[in-house]
Amino acid sequence: LAPWIPVVGLEIHAQISSNSKLFSGSQVQFAAPPNSLVSFFDASLPGTLPVLNRRCVEAAVMTGLALNCSINKKSLFDRKHYFYADLPAGYQITQQRVPIAVNGSLSYSLCIGNKMSQLVTKTVRIKQIQLEQDSGKSLHDDTRCQTLVDLNRAGVGLMEVVMEPDMCCGEEAAAAVRELQLILQTLGSSQAVMAEGQLRVDANVSVHHPGEPYGVRTEVKNINSIRFLAKAVDYEIQRQIEELENGGTVLNETRAFDSKLGCTVPMRDKEGKQDYRFMPEPNLPPLILYDTKSLPANMNHQQVINIDWIQERLPDLPSVKREKLVEQYEILPEHSFTLLNEDGLAEFFESVVKQTQMKPKKVIGWILNDLLSYLKLHSLTVKESPVSSFLLADLLNLLEKKEISSTAAKRVLAELWKGEGKTPLEIVTEQKLELLQDQKELEQICQAVIDGQEDE
Amino acid sequence: AMLRASLRQVSAALKEGRVTPTELCQRCLALIRSTKFLNAYITIAEETALKQAEESEERYKKGQPLGILDGIPIAVKDNFNTAGIETTCASNMLKGYISPYNATVVQKLLDHGAVLLGKTNLDEFAMGSGSTDGVFGPVRNPWSYSKQYKEKSVPKSHSEDEESGWVITGGSSGGSAAAVSSFTCFAALGSDTGGSTRNPAAHCGVVGLKPTYGLISRHGLIPLVNSMDVPGILTRCVDDAAVLLGSLAGHDPKDSTTIQDDFKPFELPNLTDVSKLSIGIPKEYHAPGLSSEILALWSKAADLFKNAGAKVVEVSLPHTRYSIVCYHVLCTAEVASNMARFDGLEYGHRSDMKDSTESMYAATRREGFNDVVRGRILSGNYFLLKQNYEKYFVKAQKVRRLIANDFVKVFRSGVDVLLTPTTLSDAAPYTEFIQEDNRTRSAQDDILTQAANMAGLPAINVPTALSERGLPVGLQFIGRSFQEKQLLTVAKWFEKQVQFPVIQLEVVKRHDNGVFQHQKSASFS
Repeated sequence: LAPWIPVVGLEIHAQISSNSKLFSGSQVQFAAPPNSLVSFFDASLPGTLPVLNRRCVEAAVMTGLALNCSINKKSLFDRKHYFYADLPAGYQITQQRVPIAVNGSLSYSLCIGNKMSQLVTKTVRIKQIQLEQDSGKSLHDDTRCQTLVDLNRAGVGLMEVVMEPDMCCGEEAAAAVRELQLILQTLGSSQAVMAEGQLRVDANVSVHHPGEPYGVRTEVKNINSIRFLAKAVDYEIQRQIEELENGGTVLNETRAFDSKLGCTVPMRDKEGKQDYRFMPEPNLPPLILYDTKSLPANMNHQQVINIDWIQERLPDLPSVKREKLVEQYEILPEHSFTLLNEDGLAEFFESVVKQTQMKPKKVIGWILNDLLSYLKLHSLTVKESPVSSFLLADLLNLLEKKEISSTAAKRVLAELWKGEGKTPLEIVTEQKLELLQDQKELEQICQAVIDGQEDE
Repeated sequence: AMLRASLRQVSAALKEGRVTPTELCQRCLALIRSTKFLNAYITIAEETALKQAEESEERYKKGQPLGILDGIPIAVKDNFNTAGIETTCASNMLKGYISPYNATVVQKLLDHGAVLLGKTNLDEFAMGSGSTDGVFGPVRNPWSYSKQYKEKSVPKSHSEDEESGWVITGGSSGGSAAAVSSFTCFAALGSDTGGSTRNPAAHCGVVGLKPTYGLISRHGLIPLVNSMDVPGILTRCVDDAAVLLGSLAGHDPKDSTTIQDDFKPFELPNLTDVSKLSIGIPKEYHAPGLSSEILALWSKAADLFKNAGAKVVEVSLPHTRYSIVCYHVLCTAEVASNMARFDGLEYGHRSDMKDSTESMYAATRREGFNDVVRGRILSGNYFLLKQNYEKYFVKAQKVRRLIANDFVKVFRSGVDVLLTPTTLSDAAPYTEFIQEDNRTRSAQDDILTQAANMAGLPAINVPTALSERGLPVGLQFIGRSFQEKQLLTVAKWFEKQVQFPVIQLEVVKRHDNGVFQHQKSASFS
């Protein structure tokens, strides 16, 4: 049986972290009372016009730069037409012809190998980043045969990030999205919390035999977490392979991921092969961005965006942060990944290191093996940890000073975890876990044991 | 003769206390009532107008008027949003729609103290060149009832009365043009996408100014073609148009297509020496169907300039003949897009059809839009289909560029202002006009005005003379981008030379000369 090559591409919508919407001044806020954040423009009242939000453009430029894209100094806005209850104007303003950023790349890493200890770095090409409006939300009330429309989200700024089909499985897709999420959160351009709909991922999946052209692809939607992304992609790959091996065909369709059943199903309400009748948005002139070289001298700096200025102020991206952690603390690259992967863990680690004499190389084990497994076991975030960095550092100092053994330290940590407010020293004293340093006392104990043995 | 004065004259009268804002407002309202048969107004905002007039009066009493426009009654075409006052676009889709906000131009007028009398009639959603295709019925040209027309028009039979012989206003801003022409207001706002301000201005014998695209904010103007629409100004004389322009022009942060440059309102000089002027006569504007009357008038006007010492040259705008078909593609495409928001969900008419969202949308739009609107939506969607986009929409954009370049070349060659006819003939009788459908009429009537919208240039209709039938004929001046001052200066000179006659309307005479019978209103007590 000839091998199959799965091909996975992603379309990711990241909600821009901004005070107001992309083209109007109404507020951006999660879970507000329905239709309480809707401007006249958002409701598509006749005669209203879009006004571009500067912050949204900056967010897109930052993201484009962080993803190694070329920033288009001139980009355009278009109307994408379709009728739906959550799209008040009957069209979405997007960037179809010339988006704000193109031709970038994203590097991400996977743990492979028997012990998952080998780190491989992969790259996925970023086709483009475009600015566009989010739609409102519609809820179907089947009992009363009605649809309820909430326009709070209508018009919120989105960055659509298109990743080329360079990935081959669910794990790669998940890792790529995770890295993108970290980058967005580091930049602050999006909070990228999937559970709050700030990051939405659609996967394009196809399979083919080596040497043959790409197969028909399906689009998989309704993926609500990174974990489900991996599952959905892998399921779809498998489904397509089985379909084709059984002599069937793969349809170019949109499928939804059913997280309960763990499979993809054809979407009932698919948009289908719609002709979106793209047309330039006549109310928005081309978006012109400048760099230091092209910036005219007499330009009002409030009216323009200087790409170089944004580039200079980019924070350290996750990859740079990891390198710095590895270099500074002599930890392994895999360690740096885990540190950055858990919200707040890197800061926790650095805080402990500051407060203890123990070498960071040794501290990391306590962080990643002990602390992290406790957190995972109890489904807690670093912020929610009952053991503060101060307490852990305190404990590690006892260990470092050889006042307790590492076995004893683990027992103390277990006790600390109960969060009863005791200090490590108090627990050590309570449970008599002190290491004996006194030579004479040790000899006495040993002698007592030997003497005890002789009696038997 | 206060009602028949120009805006500037009546403004001076207000300032000098020769008339009060409330008196003026009441006279206008009374005249509106008496000219109801014209059907120029859709909504008369009597209460708010009187309130605004009272407030204006207070300011005049204190000696603190807001400017020339303070207390001046004006009318606004019903496709501009007016907060608290119905905005219908003469369509079932928006019948009863009360907008929560004022269009920028409306707000500016109110901020200058103008008195908003009401909303004027139009073709539905501004689609048309006759002001005959709105749901509130057609607008009648006041000149139909003028002494001049009645004297010249030959009664076909004794049974024919005024009722059937009346002529159209032209469109789509016919209501605004009729309102100014019949003296019920001193200025009115229209809109101009293919000639919709200049065309009715010509037929109603008033000044109609289409400003440069980007000079006046479109925020709050319900769009027909976003890339060509401009708010239009209708007044009794060119000086008045300059006053309106001064209060309306300038950057609006709410409209990203307005230019950023500062606009300085100007007063028009009294040009006496035209020897430095170069007037261009584009030969392509000798369009098929141009009446011999208007052709002769155009020629006479050219001679007028020549004899006064101006340089008059024939020029060519070779792509003129493509403008109608180009406009058809671009206009319908934008219409299809702009009308997509009318689904009955958030505002406006909503059908009772409840079977599904789609069926509700379909029924709402079928019930809400007239045939003209629906026809343009269908055409526009066709042109925007993926397989058609390149060969229709993109092609039309390229042709548009060629049309605009024609003007650039001509102006670059030293021509200051172009002189052309505005319409092919004088106003047609309604019964004749409706023999052809809206699309045919629009295609015919827009030919002389459309290209200026394509190129975004300023253009103005100046009433020139009466036709053989006793109806107004106007001529058009087209100027350089953002050179309204020069354009209006030339137009003012021309206006002075031609001395266009004042319309003789019996009903106006009664209202203007008679002792003001209206008892002092409660507002004075």
